Amino acid sequence: MNENKIFDIEEIRAKLSGKEGREYWRSLDEIAETDEFRQFLEKEFPREASSLPEGYSRRDFLKVMGASLSMAGLTACIQQPEERIVPYVKAPEMLVPGKPLYYATAFVLGGYSTGVLAKSHMGRPTGIEGNPDHPASLGAADIFATASLLNLYDPDRSQVVTNKGTISSWDRFVQSARLQLDAQRALKGAGLRILTQNITSPTLGWQIQSILAGFPEARWHQYEPCGLDNVREGTAQLFGEYLNPRYKFDKADIVVSLDADFLGTGPANVRHAHDFANRRRVSGTNAAMNRLYCAESTPTITGGMADHRFRMKASEVEAFARTLAARFGVAGVSPAATSVDEKVIGAVVSDLQKHRGSAIVVAGNHQPAVVHALAHAMNAALGNIGNTVEYTQPVEVQAINHGESLKSLADDIAKGSVDMLLILGGNPVYDAPADVKFGDLLSKVKFSVHLSPFNDETSELCQWHVPESHYLETWSDARAFDGTATIMQPLILPLYGTKSAHELLDELFEAGRSGEDVVKSYWKTKNAGAAFDMWWRKCLNDGVVGGTALQPKQVAARSVDWKFTAPAASGMEVMLRPDPSVYDGRFANNGWLQELPKQISRLTWENVALMSPTTIQKLGVKNGDLVEISRNGATVKVPAWTLPGHPDESVTLHLGYGRTKAGRVGDGIGVNAFALRTSANPWFAGGVEIRKTGEWRKVASTQDHWSMEGRPIVRETTVDDYLAHPEFAKHMAHVPTDKESFYPPFEYDGYAWGMTIDLNACTGCNACMIACQSENNIPVVGKAQVENGREMHWIRVDRYYVGNDLDNPELAAMPVACQHCENAPCEPVCPVAATTHDHEGLNVMTYNRCVGTRYCSNNCPYKVRRYNYFQYSDTKTKSLQLMHNPDVTVRNRGVMEKCTYCVQRISAARIEAKKENRLIREGEVVTACQSACPAQAITFGDINDKNSKVSKMKAEPRDYGLLSELNTKPRTSYLAKLRNPNPELQSLRPKATTDHHG
Amino acid sequence: MANHHHTDTLERPEPLVAPKETYGTITDKIAGDVLHTKTPKAMMVTLAITSGLLLVFVLSIGAVLLFGPGVWGNNNPVGWAFEITNFVWWVGIGHAGTLISAILLLLHQHWRNAINRFAEAMTLFAVMCAGLFPALHTGRQWLDYWLIPYPNTMGMWVNFRSPLIWDVFAVTTYLTVSFMFWFVGLIPDLAAMRDKSTKHWQKVIYGILAMGWRGSAHHWHRYEMSYLLLAGLATPLVVSVHSVVSFDFAVSLLPGWHATIFPPYFVAGAIYSGFAMVITLMIPARKWYKLESFITDRHLDYMAKIMLATGLIVFYGYLCELFFAYYSGSLYEHFMMKNRIFGPYWWSYWLLIFCNGLTPQLLWFKKVRTNIVLLFIISIVVNVGMWLERFVIVVTSLHRDFLPSSWDMFHPTIWDWGLYLGTIGFFVWLIYMFVRVMPMISIFEIKHLLPWRGRIIDTSADAN
Repeated sequence: MNENKIFDIEEIRAKLSGKEGREYWRSLDEIAETDEFRQFLEKEFPREASSLPEGYSRRDFLKVMGASLSMAGLTACIQQPEERIVPYVKAPEMLVPGKPLYYATAFVLGGYSTGVLAKSHMGRPTGIEGNPDHPASLGAADIFATASLLNLYDPDRSQVVTNKGTISSWDRFVQSARLQLDAQRALKGAGLRILTQNITSPTLGWQIQSILAGFPEARWHQYEPCGLDNVREGTAQLFGEYLNPRYKFDKADIVVSLDADFLGTGPANVRHAHDFANRRRVSGTNAAMNRLYCAESTPTITGGMADHRFRMKASEVEAFARTLAARFGVAGVSPAATSVDEKVIGAVVSDLQKHRGSAIVVAGNHQPAVVHALAHAMNAALGNIGNTVEYTQPVEVQAINHGESLKSLADDIAKGSVDMLLILGGNPVYDAPADVKFGDLLSKVKFSVHLSPFNDETSELCQWHVPESHYLETWSDARAFDGTATIMQPLILPLYGTKSAHELLDELFEAGRSGEDVVKSYWKTKNAGAAFDMWWRKCLNDGVVGGTALQPKQVAARSVDWKFTAPAASGMEVMLRPDPSVYDGRFANNGWLQELPKQISRLTWENVALMSPTTIQKLGVKNGDLVEISRNGATVKVPAWTLPGHPDESVTLHLGYGRTKAGRVGDGIGVNAFALRTSANPWFAGGVEIRKTGEWRKVASTQDHWSMEGRPIVRETTVDDYLAHPEFAKHMAHVPTDKESFYPPFEYDGYAWGMTIDLNACTGCNACMIACQSENNIPVVGKAQVENGREMHWIRVDRYYVGNDLDNPELAAMPVACQHCENAPCEPVCPVAATTHDHEGLNVMTYNRCVGTRYCSNNCPYKVRRYNYFQYSDTKTKSLQLMHNPDVTVRNRGVMEKCTYCVQRISAARIEAKKENRLIREGEVVTACQSACPAQAITFGDINDKNSKVSKMKAEPRDYGLLSELNTKPRTSYLAKLRNPNPELQSLRPKATTDHHG
Repeated sequence: MANHHHTDTLERPEPLVAPKETYGTITDKIAGDVLHTKTPKAMMVTLAITSGLLLVFVLSIGAVLLFGPGVWGNNNPVGWAFEITNFVWWVGIGHAGTLISAILLLLHQHWRNAINRFAEAMTLFAVMCAGLFPALHTGRQWLDYWLIPYPNTMGMWVNFRSPLIWDVFAVTTYLTVSFMFWFVGLIPDLAAMRDKSTKHWQKVIYGILAMGWRGSAHHWHRYEMSYLLLAGLATPLVVSVHSVVSFDFAVSLLPGWHATIFPPYFVAGAIYSGFAMVITLMIPARKWYKLESFITDRHLDYMAKIMLATGLIVFYGYLCELFFAYYSGSLYEHFMMKNRIFGPYWWSYWLLIFCNGLTPQLLWFKKVRTNIVLLFIISIVVNVGMWLERFVIVVTSLHRDFLPSSWDMFHPTIWDWGLYLGTIGFFVWLIYMFVRVMPMISIFEIKHLLPWRGRIIDTSADAN
């Protein structure tokens, strides 16, 4: 159309006259159908809401969230619900405004549950803590469980059903899915496939199995990207069936780990850390400790706890395992060449022999099945089975090999035999092995559905996306590592129009019942009868279904035709591991976890290529230099990073990064290591090329320095040395006495709060950091701010390397929060008295009074104070407002903040005590970090009460104050770390760099 | 600073006022420079640059007020960086003015009469720049008034134990006294300006400012008395203000800050940098306004000698710090010093030694002291050195303290530089404004020197 000619009046008249009835037109341009008008229409009412422009920083997302959420409020509401706003005439039972209620439910990761107590303030979940009655928790919670709270309130959560990217509705989805199902019914479901993650939920299993009964030709596939295939295959090799091994670390004197990170990953890691720490608790001269030998590839916190750590490539672990197994006479196994010295092997073997029946050999989840089989065979040979190791039926509804299951699904799709695919959870487009090419295949499926909490990579390629409810919005159930079932109850109605897998399946295949009805009806099949309601309520109350733990099974080893892999060729090897902070990528949009410094490397916000100092040197790169890692034609470009203790000639990449549709937090950070993953070698593989690119990028590390510089910070020694000098830690620095002050010490005549942290128990798992972040409304600051050293964590886990062998040092982890010094250096320097001491010994911050000079932080020798350099707290986003703990102030720009010893919990306990006219009882105040700690390394209480646990801990000879030589008199003290090396191998241990003070 | 060598007295030093000047020419020249002389071209050019920096100054203040101190490079552990470095630097610079006006007055060092007005103005402006930094560095600047003890409904008193409160007192007192001293000293000259003005509005403004000065004997008597009293009041401030500033550091427990030598060492450093700044500003001003008659080479020579003396004290301070670190036997002190010298900020320490330790040694030579170009360069090097000294103290002590886990680096941002250069712009701009509207040399005090002009004036002899 001619640009000058805007519209032709005659033409318009003609058009109008041609129309019948009353015609409404917006403008003359519309009638004329000019290009301009069409463009205007396009701009004003775009067909698809365009996604956020690139270049949005993660900080910006917080700002945008506010706006987008309020907009979402306008557009997403189909119909305003009828609301009656009247005050309670009769208040709901137990609901007292301002007082939280706790409900038992379960957090599920990889199919396995961890029992949690979810805190609810006036109907909003505000915190997750472990359920003491649950076997996988025992009161503690790992970072994922605690941080899952943020997922509930994530403003990027998917909120509507979409069809090919456009907004649709649940009803329309159900309608079109039913049409497909009708077609499938005739085919007995030959074209129907269900893909789930690992499922232990009895109800969901029951639902799926009844669907399969109705559609006999349909198939159920499971794929868990970081699952336990090797563990299952290992038991199958030795025992001929899939079994679930269960380890009792509380009964083990000697533990040999074959590249197993049993303290940090896996369905029972919290329980393992608890049991393991219980065997390392030293009281006075009672210093009976277990001993841990670790053959380890990628350094983990388990290796950090080891008394002896042998560094080797992941592919070399098998040879080490064979050599050990051969020494125990495992039939058909001969020793293989290993880098571990003959003398060391002999010492390990004799140590194990001496502790027959009270030892554990455990293989890593990523080690091939044969290593697991060898470990089981060694446990059998040592008589450990039945004592420290038990086997049960699999916990899963249907234990299968997930890698093969996904592959067979992929094959079926490729053959064109899949018409309808229900993907319930998971994100296979992102996390399937590269050779499966799942994303390309999806387009061949006529009708694909993705039920998922995020509109993610898989949703994008499926025809339908149905938003999935968060577990705190859902009725469901799941089993723990030992089979114990938990009935999960929701704390809140779904925030958006989301559905659970139970609801989706029931809607499509059954009657469309509520999640509660579905779960109830399953459990009614197990517990019929009049007492069901009582039983149901008890299950919900307890958070565990009594008697559901699986009973140990008698197992017998078969004679195995061992199929060992050929010794690894030299050359670079890549090791792929779930990320310590974002796991397989499902937590990529969780700011708390992204900003959580990863175990050991203390890096945030991305994954890097971890290599040993020697390898880094050989490559001629330095930290942050971008290297290209190629395997099988796939290449990722990623910053190199030095990790002492890493094996040479190999590189570790963590999975879970390089997401493209995770949300505003998780998109475009790190690289997708799944690109290097193949079904044949999911965990490690040789034949990798690394090339340096000459580019460099800053990596956000929260701890740049490795060594303690010879300072008495983490104080440690061996058990033998400890028994000879129990007070060694106290003698490592000169602490001034009260007589060195002119003034009499302040009398604390009421409570005197204090804390101890047992460094011998602490694994450095980070659970305390996330628990603190959640409890105390600690903001996320984003990568750029972390790079600048402005992370806000009130408690941090310091990591130090010990010894003079850079390539294989020992590790020491030390949680540091405000030490609540009695002579707090921060207090006298504050010009406005915003930080002061209270009569119970707490160093308190008055946020309202703080003007933000930062002098207190400068004068804090522990550097535990955190400053709001910008307005970090997001106070505008509606959903995040709901998440905040109402008992803790949300801080603003320019204010200093720090650990308060969870003063809000002390206050809550004080109110209760005063109501009952008594003193606060021992154990009544539990700080957030203490509650989360799987190893129970943190003790808190009244040090004026000589019988309190914390007083007793402080009376231990190992007790010392960090930097107390500065006369700060910290209320938090540490219990020195002990190692329990094999006396025969004493000479192998790195020499400690800290010496006793004279 | 006694200039008592025989050779000097025999050489008949240059008189403090050029022989051609009379009572009349002095007033005409100095008042005329304000009232009639066209602004020199070179000054217009530099003024343009300065005004640009003034804009940067306003922007930089806006940024920190709007977004918070996060726009700077500060972090945890480096809670203070450029802002406190600049604060101490500017306060230090101010000290030369007070020393010249008050202490040299009390010591009858008449040569000061040529430079005291200018130096006092410099003091005033430097303290204004200095005061901005602590005011802006807080996170919630709108609550800065909480640092002032005043009766309030919160029933909150300030924390008198905090050196920052002492700072508030020290700096506000300093600003007040400096202003009083400067203004009282201006009154007789303002009257002269009033009398010399040819335009009505000028007469009105100067007339109001002159506060009815008629030059009667009564006036002079009261003036002399009040000026002397103010000098007495200002004298302790020369020592106290920077001592208090040094307490910000000395009172803390941070290695590198926690040092008993800080008060005297800071005071010497302040005078050192102050004189350097006076020289930096005087040399171009003297040239552009052709003031060689009043600010003679001999003045510059004296100032250079003071710079040398204080510079040596400062250098001695550096050596003491080294010794203390060694002698303390403290692991942390040892490391702090090692880190300063060889750590990641090694360049700042070595540059500091070069600027403040080695460069001033050139001033032992009279040829250097009387070489205007060299002296100008040295004065700038010393200014840089004194800034570095504060940077070294503030940043290198903080960035690696007790627990290696919290060690980090400080990298200044564009706003750090913006505010720093901005205050320099603001400062020079104020100086220019001052030169344009006020007599930059004290007219009546220069006239005091005329009766002695013919004699050999030896400062020590004069003092007797």
